[in-house]
Amino acid sequence: MLYQLEGSQAIAKAVALCRPKVICAYPITPQTHILEGVGELVRNRELSDCEFINVESEMAALSVAIGAQATGVRSYTATSSQGLLYMIEAVYNASGLELPIVMTLGNRAIGSPINIWNDHSDAMSVRDAGWIMLFAETNQEALDLHIQAFKIAEKVKCPVMVCVDGFILTHAYDRVDIPPQGEVDEFLPSYVPHVSLDVDNPIAIGAMVSPEYFMEVRYLAHRRQTDSLEIIQCVGEMFQQKFGRDSGGLVRRYCVDGAETIIVTLGSVAGTIKDAVDELNLDGQSFGVISIVSYRPFPAEIIMNSLKNARKVIVVEKALAPGVGGILSQEIELALKNTKVEIVSVIAGLGGRSITKLMLKECFLMKDHARTTFLGLKEDIIAREYTPMKCCGCEGST
Amino acid sequence: MSNFTLGNNEENAAVQSNCDRPNTLTSGHRACQGCGEALGARCAIDAAYNAAAGKIMVVNATGCLEVFSCSFPENSWKVPWVHSLFGNAPAVATGVAAALRSQRKEDIRVIAHGGDGSTADIGMGCLSGMFDRNDDVLYICYDNQAYMNTGVQRSGATPALARTATTLPNKNYMGNDPQTGKNVPQIAMAHGIPYVATASIGNIPDLEEKVSRAIEIRGAKYVHIHVPCPLGWGFPTSETIQIARLAIQCGLFPLFEAKNGKLTASTLIENLIPVENYLKTQRRFAHLFGKDVAPDAIGVLQNIANANIERYRLNGDVSYD
Repeated sequence: MLYQLEGSQAIAKAVALCRPKVICAYPITPQTHILEGVGELVRNRELSDCEFINVESEMAALSVAIGAQATGVRSYTATSSQGLLYMIEAVYNASGLELPIVMTLGNRAIGSPINIWNDHSDAMSVRDAGWIMLFAETNQEALDLHIQAFKIAEKVKCPVMVCVDGFILTHAYDRVDIPPQGEVDEFLPSYVPHVSLDVDNPIAIGAMVSPEYFMEVRYLAHRRQTDSLEIIQCVGEMFQQKFGRDSGGLVRRYCVDGAETIIVTLGSVAGTIKDAVDELNLDGQSFGVISIVSYRPFPAEIIMNSLKNARKVIVVEKALAPGVGGILSQEIELALKNTKVEIVSVIAGLGGRSITKLMLKECFLMKDHARTTFLGLKEDIIAREYTPMKCCGCEGST
Repeated sequence: MSNFTLGNNEENAAVQSNCDRPNTLTSGHRACQGCGEALGARCAIDAAYNAAAGKIMVVNATGCLEVFSCSFPENSWKVPWVHSLFGNAPAVATGVAAALRSQRKEDIRVIAHGGDGSTADIGMGCLSGMFDRNDDVLYICYDNQAYMNTGVQRSGATPALARTATTLPNKNYMGNDPQTGKNVPQIAMAHGIPYVATASIGNIPDLEEKVSRAIEIRGAKYVHIHVPCPLGWGFPTSETIQIARLAIQCGLFPLFEAKNGKLTASTLIENLIPVENYLKTQRRFAHLFGKDVAPDAIGVLQNIANANIERYRLNGDVSYD
């Protein structure tokens, strides 16, 4: 059924349809409306047999989910930015314990300077934490990915983080189709834990692991992730069969075949990029777009096959590794290491800076791209605030 | 049916004196010889197991207890057990209790336990949150008064003037600053939770009784157990229980119970001893008996014991609010 809903409310509805038994709530902008939404659904019994717990920190939020999932029930929480950093020890712990928790990350910049607006710094800070990380492009996809996330997590025995751009998706009202409970129940049956605390069959979860076995544990985590590429693709196809909507999967391809230049990105900005590319292509240009849904595991082979015939790849990325540059672009470079494709990075939208169609079109049409470009950087501020440094010892040594 | 060790009559027999004890923390683990925490955990979890007819789940904070009891592929626990992190055991236990409630399995009782570092310091936020929500969890702190697993560093539960690796005394410094430290049982009481108790491996029947009582109460419970550490405190491994008893007898470790934030019972000290008799048994206080000692050093600790005696009515002045 179609509804006009705020992104957060759409996600809350999707989470409720998945019938989690334990939900932990701690507020942080911009994900707060999601947890308020599911809390209301629990209180008015739209979501029954679910414990909704107000906790005292993000560390507790994910820890409560860890305890609940280890006891054999589906559990869920959401966070953003500083909150994700505050719980990061538990983020690694949840994946290490192979607990299929689902968590929404309402993507937001990380301070200092404190900033509540959207970029992908938070997601990038946990890219090696062993979670499956899916990026939503639209509110509909955010809703759909949550339903798929529980299925993928439970199949792979790995927690899934659904990344949703803060404000741009979480606070935007859009039309969404919410599937009926019966169909979701058919797609996502009751959770059967692969392992859980049980008084009739006592086991220990979370033992110390010494050098004799630790490598194997980490290898298995890697192996499960790489093998899950197929499962993520398959769950996307199952979703399409069931609900008639192409959502999820590993990457979305737009006008890629035969394109000279392909833009690669993550998340909601793909919409603006597609609009820009449409206009450029109408003018006789040759652009395509790859929007990555599954950032972890990283679908390097599909990306390589989609990009290898392009002349140039422009990675539009909302995160920065100071001293290095873009993060996603490094991974694209690795995927294309045996090709001659030119790869450039466009750092855009940090801390919620607007990314407009006009800015993108101008940037895409540039003839000579630097390896790293900062889209819309205010050069006058940089010139005023930054004095190039010199080492005192070698100044004037010539 | 059961056998009782010499010295125990059936009426007052401890769970531990019974050959058919649950033995939840079974032998073969890697604790040091004379470990007070291993003894405290075995007594507490065995008592809880009996009180809950075997239906318990245990959450363990990182620390000595976790490391010595469960190192893959070996495991000494005969109960469902989960270890997550150093600072989050109370929150994990909240999750376990919530999962059980959502499945209407509240006959299964939930315990979280850890050392004084995880309780008084790094896990204090999660502990306070669990108390605040009055979650149906029994939290047990095994207090050996420093970070023993990492090699005896000061914690918020380290006593005044004690020597640890991070409070090494010298001619300008007498050991852990008496102005510092926190009293976790009092912090628990300030939350107004249904039940708070202190216990000691120097009085095992009392420890078992308090844990058994706690496990039957719904809501948040806190039991703080004094567990001497031969390695960290510097005493022979045969002396663990004797030293725990001296701590009770001198008033430095008061045994009491509190319900809904109010003190309701305390164990009277029979044969009160000066703190000196307790302090001189341990190398962590040896600097207080050297020749360059400030004259009032032992007096500082005696004053703490005296204040405990008054505050918890350990001298027979029983007039609770």
